[in-house]
Amino acid sequence: MRQEPPVPLLRRQITALIFLGLTALPAYSGEMWITNEKDNTVSVIDTDTLEVTATYNVGLRPRGITFAHDFSELYVAASDDDTVEVLDPETGLVLRRLTSGEDPEQFALHPNNRLLYIANEEDALATVLDVKTGEVIAEIDVGIEPEGMAISPNGKIAVVTSETTNMVHWIDTEKSEIFNNTLVAQRPRFAEFSATGDRLWVSSEIGGTVAIIDTATQTVLETLSMHIPGISDDLIQPVGIKLSADGKLAFVALGPANHVAVIDQQSFDIIDYILVGRRVWHLAFDQGEQRIYTTNGISGDVTVVDVARMKAIKTIKVGRFPWGAAFRPD
Amino acid sequence: MFHRYFGFRLCLIRGWPALRDSRGLAASEGTGIVWGGGLLARWKSCLAALVSGTVWGAVWGVTLFAQPTLAQGMDVDISYLRQRVERAPVLSNLDPIPPDEGLAGAALGQSDNAGTGKFLGQEFTLSVFDLDATGGITPVSGPLSTPGDLIVIDAPAAAIVAFADQPQNAKRLIVNVRAQDVALRDGACRANVLHTIPSYAMRADALSQFLVYRRWTDLALIQGRRPADRAFGAAIRASASKFGLKIARTKDWIEDADLRRTASSEVPLFTQDLPRHDVLIVADETDDFARYLPYNTWLPRPIAGSEGIVPVAWSPAVESWGAAQLQQRFVASAGRAMGSVDFAAWAAIRAIGEATTRTNSPDAATLRAYMLSPAFELAGFKGRKLSFRGWNGQMRQPIHLVQPRAVVANAPLPGFLHQRTELDTLGLDKPESACTAFDAP
Repeated sequence: MRQEPPVPLLRRQITALIFLGLTALPAYSGEMWITNEKDNTVSVIDTDTLEVTATYNVGLRPRGITFAHDFSELYVAASDDDTVEVLDPETGLVLRRLTSGEDPEQFALHPNNRLLYIANEEDALATVLDVKTGEVIAEIDVGIEPEGMAISPNGKIAVVTSETTNMVHWIDTEKSEIFNNTLVAQRPRFAEFSATGDRLWVSSEIGGTVAIIDTATQTVLETLSMHIPGISDDLIQPVGIKLSADGKLAFVALGPANHVAVIDQQSFDIIDYILVGRRVWHLAFDQGEQRIYTTNGISGDVTVVDVARMKAIKTIKVGRFPWGAAFRPD
Repeated sequence: MFHRYFGFRLCLIRGWPALRDSRGLAASEGTGIVWGGGLLARWKSCLAALVSGTVWGAVWGVTLFAQPTLAQGMDVDISYLRQRVERAPVLSNLDPIPPDEGLAGAALGQSDNAGTGKFLGQEFTLSVFDLDATGGITPVSGPLSTPGDLIVIDAPAAAIVAFADQPQNAKRLIVNVRAQDVALRDGACRANVLHTIPSYAMRADALSQFLVYRRWTDLALIQGRRPADRAFGAAIRASASKFGLKIARTKDWIEDADLRRTASSEVPLFTQDLPRHDVLIVADETDDFARYLPYNTWLPRPIAGSEGIVPVAWSPAVESWGAAQLQQRFVASAGRAMGSVDFAAWAAIRAIGEATTRTNSPDAATLRAYMLSPAFELAGFKGRKLSFRGWNGQMRQPIHLVQPRAVVANAPLPGFLHQRTELDTLGLDKPESACTAFDAP
């Protein structure tokens, strides 16, 4: 008789760990925080149960939203209060208010976890704010109606898109100076660096296109147009963009077209269009990028999309005019 | 081409802030660089930028030369010609026409263009001229003493045609921001005149679409006796016929009552003999009597046209699509709310600016060709991109149906389809227009 070889100890341990991992840690565990532009609140969605678990009052016309990189604080742009509010994510209480310059809309947090780069829409300015001291480090003149803001993964470049000037302004973060400008199509709304930082994706809402720009040369590599049968081309108005960290997929919110486009990050082929809520605006991934959440301004809800299946799986009612979304793991 | 960008890029590597303040690098068409005044100073600033930016030069500079954009030094001088027309007497003292109507929109457009131009080495200027009834031109403000080749005209149709037909203006680009006359987009069109103000026909079609959408198909029309009232009334009748609406009766307004005191007795009587209708349309473009009609009609019916639900190019009630930002910028610069003529003037100046940005040229023929081409698009805070119709030079645009406190609907309404763009369901479509001046020779 042959004896069964004993299961190696290591394999047993791994199996046990996987089992423990599956039971103790739900796959989607965390919270998606949503700003409600016309309710002056943020809604908190439990990404496990997909229910709203809390709604907190914030300042007037909350739009931009992002967590500190260690998730210890939440930053919310209260546009009509001309402040950035710092919230305690555990309690939802406002810890302090930072003077942000007029009408802050979108912002991006530098990898140093201290400097917040803010687009001041009405002032044609980008403000650099130290979130720990509340001090304004720099103000940079940019084009009319700055909106999109992104920082390269290595922290060396900040970009701002100006909606009426139709440019991407490239800012050297060390010198707080613009070193180049790239013209794009009408009304650039949002900018997002690829995980490697070598490419910048910029949506042009009224131009109806997404420009993919080479970071090293600041030149446009490709301009993508999207077409959905039954929807006028001039109603396909790209706004929010999210790029998967593995470099494979890009998701683009198409505003009043009520769809999210799924694009291959490398070939730029359009893979699919996913029907979501009305006037889809911004997007955020959950843990592990298994699901992507869309804010739908006019229908006042959030659509949860399963990334692997490219299917909307649930719509969650939040406040009026949900605008931005940010994820916090448990 | 290469030389032109090469020279500019040397400065641009890290030195744009210096360059922004010391413009004067004027590139000639095609090849080479023509240096403006202060050559030495500029070279110094370039050199300083180069030295201090060696590191950045190493990082960015090498690859920058390949980019054929954003390198130009250029003046773009726009002239605003306005003919002040005395307003006909009206009953109400409310809502006077602002003395800077139109011009305030142009000023904001100029400021928006300058905000873009500073990154491109393009300097925009706006010169204002008064145009009198005999065609005489007097400079009012700005650097030019006589109008240049890029003209925004704020005048009645007859003055626009007279100006456009002068031989020296044949090659100029003229943009109409005031006259809504359908003829200017039809048989009386001029190849050198584009229009950013919507025509009466576009506004009437927008209203008709709304009425069809709501299935309010039986109408009565009251029109004033002044030419603008008649022109809008005619557009409404033509549009009703196009969209299958029935105008059971058209009645001319009587002008001899002071409705400020007697609206509640005069208006029910005047409207008592109108046939059954769903909506009462009123054409009163001089803003004289229509404001006294609501709530005093014999039948309780909504009012639309020049009062009630009004089709407009712009209104303070428009808030969506980022319009709130344009409204705020306008209020901050003009100290009052933005109207349709202000918007048309803003759009005219921005359209010229946008064409300049994309073509790197201040030449009227180049700009006109680009503005009429499919490549042209302008973000105008109206929910869809704006462009120009190639057959008559009219700017395509959504028309907002507004009441004083809110937007009622936006045209084109859902379901009105078109093979080119739904915006072409408003106003004279290509087969409808008798304009041939834009046809290729």
